[in-house]
Amino acid sequence: MENNYLFDSEGLSEAALERKHKLENDPSFRTDHMEYMEGQQKIESDIRDKVMAAFESYDYNAYTALDVSRALQKTTIGVEEFKALLSPAAEPFLEQMAERARIETRKHFGNTVYLFTPLYIANYCENYCVYCGFNCYNKIRRMKLSYEQIEHDMKLIADSGMEEILILTGESKSMSDVRYIGEACKLARKYFRMVGVEVYPLNVDDYKYLHECGVDYVTVFQETYDSDRYEQLHLAGHKRVWPYRFEAQERALMGGMRGVAGSALLGLSDFRKDALATGLHMYYLQRKYPHAEISLSCPRLRPIINNDKIDPLDVGEKQLCQVLCAYRLFLPFAGITVSSRESKSFRDGIVKIAATKISAGVSTGIGDHESKYNGTESDAEGDEQFEIADPRSFETMYKDMSAEGLQPVLNDYIYV
Amino acid sequence: MENDDKLIIGGHEFGSRFILGSGKYSLSLIKAAVENAGAELITLAVRRANTKDNESILDHIPKGVTLLPNTSGARNAEEAVRIARLARELGCGDFVKIEIMRDTKYLLPDNAETIKATEILAKEGFVVMPYMYPDLNTARDLVNAGAASVMPLASPIGSNKGLATRDFIQILIDEIDLPIIVDAGIGRPSQACEAMEMGAAAVMSNTALATAGDLPMMADAFRKAIEAGRQAYLSGLGRVLVRGASPSDTLTGFLRD
Repeated sequence: MENNYLFDSEGLSEAALERKHKLENDPSFRTDHMEYMEGQQKIESDIRDKVMAAFESYDYNAYTALDVSRALQKTTIGVEEFKALLSPAAEPFLEQMAERARIETRKHFGNTVYLFTPLYIANYCENYCVYCGFNCYNKIRRMKLSYEQIEHDMKLIADSGMEEILILTGESKSMSDVRYIGEACKLARKYFRMVGVEVYPLNVDDYKYLHECGVDYVTVFQETYDSDRYEQLHLAGHKRVWPYRFEAQERALMGGMRGVAGSALLGLSDFRKDALATGLHMYYLQRKYPHAEISLSCPRLRPIINNDKIDPLDVGEKQLCQVLCAYRLFLPFAGITVSSRESKSFRDGIVKIAATKISAGVSTGIGDHESKYNGTESDAEGDEQFEIADPRSFETMYKDMSAEGLQPVLNDYIYV
Repeated sequence: MENDDKLIIGGHEFGSRFILGSGKYSLSLIKAAVENAGAELITLAVRRANTKDNESILDHIPKGVTLLPNTSGARNAEEAVRIARLARELGCGDFVKIEIMRDTKYLLPDNAETIKATEILAKEGFVVMPYMYPDLNTARDLVNAGAASVMPLASPIGSNKGLATRDFIQILIDEIDLPIIVDAGIGRPSQACEAMEMGAAAVMSNTALATAGDLPMMADAFRKAIEAGRQAYLSGLGRVLVRGASPSDTLTGFLRD
């Protein structure tokens, strides 16, 4: 697979560069990505085995147009039908899939579309993930918001009308520990009806603590379900441990969270196999925890600061649409979020077919809401995680969605 | 339809037997939907109404229509009770439709928890309308717990599959003295009509309207179907002959005294 990820930031010390290159070039220098690190909780679960058995044996080229046609005639799309719908043989059926997906989305969600915004509160990171703008070897402006700054940004966002917030950090346990995240979530509860987090994976007790701080939804992206490929991309740091990340959603539910979301980052590896694993991961979670609200995302790779060559490779908009339609038909009840990684035209189209939730007023930088929302420049800003493709404000998004005949919903949630 | 044929729920009288859902279509269509449906009761999800959004659903519901807040999102009795109390605080009145689900895939109601919540809320003076899986024992428990009506599902919410639980709903209609309101899964006016012919007191629908090409027109169609079904029920349906025609000479015609 093509590798446009590796680059050296200017200003790295010689020692740092040497270690970086060793990590990149010498697999024996890296830790075992399947071994839990100290402090990482192991849980009893068979979900991983079930998902990975299907992942390993999935030969998408074996499916034919007849298989796809048969799948589309079935009332219930099961695992086998889902596999057919993700295969290349299903590409000519995209319009039919979209039509059926639209009906399913309408049946389960009506014409609603949920709006939310992410708030990055820190971009320190201890991991070396080669495709990510926050990686520890990328020379960017690092920042961690103080509680006053967090509250300031939250007020700005809440004043715009938003009622749901997703709090994000880089993955640094030393710079953004669980208490820091928890305090930020307590502040968020003052200004927002619903609070979710997308932070580094935690143990059950930590999720319990965050739930007590007002969080009810946890998003963790597996990046890729291909553990060998994962090993090549996540070269250092606690994120390197693939199975601990896989079990994050389950630990979150064990900690009392109401809902979880997950996905692969499409474009890192074989997207069809990653999409299959994403769907099955959420499917088996729902079977084991029937009360859990399940949500899927569909992020594709985006360019980052200091490396504009990163792209989602073979995952074009048509392929992404196929994946989303397959998700919708396999998991008709699940929420599907499409982030500002995607363009205005794609998001406007996909909310009519399969997506139920989109972000607006997005910044993936730190502390720059003042400049983005009010046009006031500030020097104290941390750099962004990736470039966004749809910069629409909350107000514009609200108007645009209404104009598309959809019903923007700001809150559908009670913290009980 | 005779004006004295009223639907009575918890001592409140309604002329219409069509309960309208509101969650799946644009707020701007609510007024037209209510008018064309002739609806006097409209549901709303408390979790959705609990918003700062300028376009709150509460502002779109025409005056004179009774609100039926539901507890969707509740996973157990305790959560349902808290949501119902919040509805009252928000000014949604005393009616409450209990919805308790601990399965996010099919959204099937949890009957046991529903009985518990009904008992608590009825004691607090709510007019409790529990959504339930059609089971006679549960329905009897709901009556004893103080429910004002019983709302069995026809098929899973949003499925538009019609009266999949037909025979079990019929048992409730035959055995329970409260209004039986068929809720969830009714996808077509003809299915609503059939439920009313069976003796259901009312029908509730949301997805069937929301997924229609012309929502106000479909609301009108449902109104007519529900009225027709009610009228047929009141008039006494003719018998259905299962095997062939009825013989003119009766089998017992030879008997002399």
